[in-house]
Amino acid sequence: MVWDWLFTYWPQLLYGLWITLVLLFLSMTLGMMLAVPIGLVQVTGPWWLKYPARGFCTFIRGTPLLIQLWLMYYGLGQIFPMIPGLRHSFLWPVLREGFFYAVLAFTLSTAGYEGEVMRGAFLGVPRGELEAARAIGMSPWQVLRRVWLPRALRQVLPTLNGETILQLKSTPLAYTVTVMDLMGATSMIRQDTYRIYEPLIFIAVIYMVITFIITKGFAWAERQVPVKR
Amino acid sequence: MSAKLEGANGTRPEAVVVRDLHKTFGDLEVLKGVSMTAREGDVVTMIGASGSGKSTFLRCINFLEMPTQGQIRVTGEDIALKRAHDGDLHPADRKQLERIRTRLGMVFQSFNLWQHMTVMQNVIEAPVHVLGVPRAEAIERGEALLNKVGLYDKRDVYPAFLSGGQQQRAAIARALAMNPRVMLFDEPTSALDPELVGEVLKVIRDLAEEGRTMILVTHEMKFARGVSSHVIYLHKGIIEEEGPPAQVFGAPKSERCRQFVSNSH
Repeated sequence: MVWDWLFTYWPQLLYGLWITLVLLFLSMTLGMMLAVPIGLVQVTGPWWLKYPARGFCTFIRGTPLLIQLWLMYYGLGQIFPMIPGLRHSFLWPVLREGFFYAVLAFTLSTAGYEGEVMRGAFLGVPRGELEAARAIGMSPWQVLRRVWLPRALRQVLPTLNGETILQLKSTPLAYTVTVMDLMGATSMIRQDTYRIYEPLIFIAVIYMVITFIITKGFAWAERQVPVKR
Repeated sequence: MSAKLEGANGTRPEAVVVRDLHKTFGDLEVLKGVSMTAREGDVVTMIGASGSGKSTFLRCINFLEMPTQGQIRVTGEDIALKRAHDGDLHPADRKQLERIRTRLGMVFQSFNLWQHMTVMQNVIEAPVHVLGVPRAEAIERGEALLNKVGLYDKRDVYPAFLSGGQQQRAAIARALAMNPRVMLFDEPTSALDPELVGEVLKVIRDLAEEGRTMILVTHEMKFARGVSSHVIYLHKGIIEEEGPPAQVFGAPKSERCRQFVSNSH
């Protein structure tokens, strides 16, 4: 095994790691911000919100992420330049990049999966605790913010741990739309040096380390409210 | 109709007045016109077999159930109602409902403490976030209340780690923290192991002796007899018998009531 390429390419790998982490962080946070209302309207919403939300989750969960990503990149990416003025607007530097479409596709994917998870979590909060909140004078918004949502999120933490790890390992798909994440950096090294296995083994270990850190982070979060088992 | 109270008691202000309450679930009429008046300082107890409608009646007072017909007045304020699509009456003014609910402290059969908060957090939650009491003040008051129900040393414990009796006492402290005008107890000891019932009843009895206005649904007949100022025996959604405890338990006019109280020891 030859590892001397590490001395030349560590800045690219470091940048790739940064892009991978940003992709993961943005898609998980933005995705969860969408997942909460998507889950909620499926539980309490009027039919005209409930059914579109359910349909969205079904579509996302039923189609491969790679197809969703390419639909965004090649589909939306084709449409945007046709919108008058968009090419010259301040948005264009963002809309031009594969990174934008990767974040968009991963966010929607997270929203679809976690929307379904949140639906179950909202349903899983004991009715009595919500009644107690209403009976004490909380407004519907306060019931949601102080009791329903925090209770639901707490229940979802173990699931979310697994989903975050899965999402991490989906991020290399972004490389197919020109994003230079860890996977992209590895491919560049391969093209320059004809080394295949060592860079792949190297980033495999990095993904494992990130997974380990994520798991520790969620375990810490779960410990914040002890549950009797 | 109004509570039959002795002497000058009748002049005390009305705390909760319920007029002609009906409640229908589908084809089942659970309440068929029940009226009740609780004046300040009263302890009104509802007794009756399972399915007699007593819990539904209590839950209609703070609109956890929507009545099908009737009027409810809390501390002199009529709750504005409007007929909804489901055929029941719903509060017309959400702000009014929320305001009224802060005056009614509810204690549930299944405690319903918020599991993601410690005992103290449960107690100060609504005072801080609903009433806008400064946090330090709410904690100070919360400590006094937890002391009163004997849970001061459990203040930082999560509900899952408490016994049923402790959870219910914490739930009572949570309700009291709002400084409610009336306490509503919905079978507060029915979910408890027999050896834990006493500690909760003792707290409720202390509250009664302080002169707190309470409406209580219970199966504890001996307790009801000792603590109540007025007892209502509900049978199949109507008041079969009501009066001071000595009358309802000692010399009921209704044969059915006589049988019920003599079988429930």
